[in-house]
Amino acid sequence: MAGETQAADAANAQVDIIGHILDSPYIELPFVDFHHLLAGKVSLPSLELFGIDLSITRHVVIMWVASILLIVLMLRAFRKPRTVPSGLANFFEAIVLFLRDEVVLPIMGEDGKKYLPFLLTLFFFILFCNLLGLVPYSATATGNISVTAGLALCSFLVMLGAGIANNGLFGYFKSLIPSGVPPVLLIILIPVELIGLLVKPFALCVRLFANMTGGHVAILVFLGLISILQSEWIAIGSVPFAVAIYMLEIFVGFVQAFVFTLLSTVFISMAAHPDH
Amino acid sequence: MEFAYMGAGIGMGLCAIGAGLGIGLLAGKALEGVARQPEAVGDIRTNMILTAALVEGVALIGEVFCLLIVLTK
Repeated sequence: MAGETQAADAANAQVDIIGHILDSPYIELPFVDFHHLLAGKVSLPSLELFGIDLSITRHVVIMWVASILLIVLMLRAFRKPRTVPSGLANFFEAIVLFLRDEVVLPIMGEDGKKYLPFLLTLFFFILFCNLLGLVPYSATATGNISVTAGLALCSFLVMLGAGIANNGLFGYFKSLIPSGVPPVLLIILIPVELIGLLVKPFALCVRLFANMTGGHVAILVFLGLISILQSEWIAIGSVPFAVAIYMLEIFVGFVQAFVFTLLSTVFISMAAHPDH
Repeated sequence: MEFAYMGAGIGMGLCAIGAGLGIGLLAGKALEGVARQPEAVGDIRTNMILTAALVEGVALIGEVFCLLIVLTK
């Protein structure tokens, strides 16, 4: 019994799954801490305003890195517009053209050009956060439910704004409820439709969060099997599996960014044109 | 409380079964549609990803609740 607890303690000490997933007030840097004084961790400043904890955390830093990378790469790619793009510009242009011609314009029609900048920003920011999460010593900002909730809230506000701008405040909320139903049914229909409205951003938020967290937990569990089962021979099987899931995660990073953008497009389009 | 882990495990499995059935049926029908009408592949792909995302969303919400059961046990 004592041996079992000891083994479990050793396993817990070596594979801190929750510590890898959750946000933390320090970042891990590979080459800063030569003497292992900080256990590889560099603390970040804490900040408290009006009783609200606004500390800079690991995921905030990763989001800054993603934004700066995005700005720098986009400026580099499109500083000098050319008719025939090359290199980096080619990569971005392929994605932008795909999203514009295959996703946004067919769903929204010509109206979609207004929402295109927002949707493309959303796509690239989520994509960069997802992919940065796969870099060693980094963290997945989109694996934090607060970050995805913020993104979903942006999408929800644009959805409400599009609906109200196109149909008027009263017209939009009236369009949520199907016309021609008996007044008695409204008692049931109004709460149901309100929940249906709020479920959309909630589902966007939880989908992205759960996908990113799930993939990382799967990688960690496969690697953690080595120390949980206390045998280095497990590595022969579990490391290739972890690498395979890592490859899958690169794909999932693209797919989830695409799905978030696609669903935002559909929801905004549904709010703007409630008839179809 | 001892059964919390068991409940979370069973719930996780049920979520996986539901999502697997849903996405499998969806992809099967979509492929049939593409085989019958190859020129509609773009429309079918967009709608398939959209619906797959909705199916998967429900499963993932279930999985997150299972995770919460374990973490807050």
